[in-house]
Amino acid sequence: MTTSTQNAIGTGKLARAAIYAVLLVFLVYYLLPLYVMVANSFKPLAEIQEGDMLALPHVFTLEPWIKAWSTAQIGVQPTGLRPYFVNSILIVVPAVAISSVLGALNGYVLTKWAFRGANLVFGMLLLACFIPFQIVLIPMARVLGLLHMAGTIQGLVLVHVVYGLGFTTLYFRNYYAAFPDELIKAAQIDGAKFFQIFLRILLPSSGPIIVVSVIWQFTNIWNDFLFGVSFADFSSLPMTVALNNLVSSSTGVKEYNVHFAGAILAALPTLVVYIVSGRYFVRGLMAGAVKG
Amino acid sequence: MAMASLQIRNLEKDFGTVRVLKGIDLEIEDGGFLVLVGPSGCGKSTLLNTLAGLENITSGEILIGGHDVNGLHPSKRDIAMVFQSYALYPNMSVAQNIAFGMEIRKIPRAERDKAVNLVAETLQITSLLNRKPSQLSGGQRQRVAMGRALVRNPRVFLFDEPLSNLDAKLRVDMRTEIKRLHQRLGTTIVYVTHDQIEAMTLATKIAVLKDGELQQFGTPAEIYNNPANVFVADFMGSPAMNLIGASVDTRGSEPIIVMERPGLEPLTLGLGGHAEAIAQSGAKDIIFGIRPEALTDPDSADRNATHLVEGECLIEVVEPAGSDTFAVTKLGGKEVIARLRADARVQPGQSARLSFNLDKAVFFDPVSEARIA
Repeated sequence: MTTSTQNAIGTGKLARAAIYAVLLVFLVYYLLPLYVMVANSFKPLAEIQEGDMLALPHVFTLEPWIKAWSTAQIGVQPTGLRPYFVNSILIVVPAVAISSVLGALNGYVLTKWAFRGANLVFGMLLLACFIPFQIVLIPMARVLGLLHMAGTIQGLVLVHVVYGLGFTTLYFRNYYAAFPDELIKAAQIDGAKFFQIFLRILLPSSGPIIVVSVIWQFTNIWNDFLFGVSFADFSSLPMTVALNNLVSSSTGVKEYNVHFAGAILAALPTLVVYIVSGRYFVRGLMAGAVKG
Repeated sequence: MAMASLQIRNLEKDFGTVRVLKGIDLEIEDGGFLVLVGPSGCGKSTLLNTLAGLENITSGEILIGGHDVNGLHPSKRDIAMVFQSYALYPNMSVAQNIAFGMEIRKIPRAERDKAVNLVAETLQITSLLNRKPSQLSGGQRQRVAMGRALVRNPRVFLFDEPLSNLDAKLRVDMRTEIKRLHQRLGTTIVYVTHDQIEAMTLATKIAVLKDGELQQFGTPAEIYNNPANVFVADFMGSPAMNLIGASVDTRGSEPIIVMERPGLEPLTLGLGGHAEAIAQSGAKDIIFGIRPEALTDPDSADRNATHLVEGECLIEVVEPAGSDTFAVTKLGGKEVIARLRADARVQPGQSARLSFNLDKAVFFDPVSEARIA
């Protein structure tokens, strides 16, 4: 008994060391780009041009951040990324809210008020998750034109709601499928109506899946480039497209420090969302896996 | 004559092309305790759901307090239901759970609180009112679920296997508690279970269902002593009734039944008071049903019985159970259980005289499985 335990620990130590070594390599591999971005965003341009991207800044400056945020040349005007950051917020917040609410309602109806053919409808909604962005571009442009929403923030909200509905419905349907039907029956006997049951019984128990839906939708919509570049006009460009314009502008000197600062600014909101609610994300994805 | 608080007339229910309730007729008087019992899949829970209005019916009538409730919303049927899983709203406290129905009906806060406190006192859950369901034990959840039903003060309570999620000891305690509650409130109860002991102990009337058909409807004593067919005889009672394949010998002046047994001469028994009915039926083969307590050692036999017949049987197994001793013998190719007094002197492998109380015996047709006598 004792010897075998010692043996197990002995081989365990070796394996463990190997595992940690591999993990360490991956850690460096993943953190290196972040390090380069952060370190260089605080350097004056001259220091980067000397050639050592991996060095820490000799002269610490906030200049690139200020420039990227408020004075960099994005299009014609030297506005910085600020107005586009605001655009992205104006697109993301309503799009996430609307698609999550509709997804929750879909999930509620598909599981608790299932009608003949409910599974077929669900299957078709699921199909939306597999349609590549490019395929919907032209039909969507046509629809936006017909609705007179082309080039507007509202138009982009609509596009993201439609495209996200498949995912949010999937999340909520599967979550509510594990929600006991007897609770709905009990609420019916208590006299609760369709929306009362949803608001008073289901929604208060949906915390984890709401977080999953919000994180997923927020990340996808914030990071979206293709819909933004296709359907926005200059006044409604989202952050991602503006960042691209900043980085790929062909005139003048390439201001790498400003580009790095801008890229971090563009990534910051999703990072914040993950840090704030990440633990719920894992919990939500695991919800229903174990009873109780 | 008390008014019938629940009547079910020729109730049918289809799920797609499958008929799950095949013309059920039932009736329970005000203050009665109706137990729907049967194996899983017999339609008993579906029947309860149609009473609650949670399932539509295909045809037939349901009358609660004399009113046809077909098409009425569950909340308008003057019923309350206790679910198998208790179905407590997880996000609400015990008090909120009990008061939810009143809150929906917009009953003023003060009145709600009063009703909740009253029910909580009745069920002794006052100290739990501020807890969430997740902080309660199984038995406590059960009480809260009953409290939620009680506070509605309905004409009929519906219970859907309310005790099946509790452990054995708690189940017996709660069973007694439900019975006590029924005696105190006097409200009509319809109760679904697959446990025939629950059915026997609680019911004033039992309805035995199988495959969506009503097999028998009667008092517990009727169901137990006069089962309508082999299914009911076999389902009710523990240990189950002995159902022995036998043949009828009509050559003598009175018919007798003959039961084969391995390595011995067949056992023959007279028919007591059943002779005439069996002779009239003309049956050649028959199922002889006798409960273990009617098959015992001669000293324990019922002195008031009019037809006691004794037979020598080979005892294969002896199972002392403290209060009684169960002896297993083989008749008609089946294991037959006799219930003897605790200190009966029987040994496995030896033969013993057993007394058959034919007053309590029942006879079935082996093909149709219907009762003959």
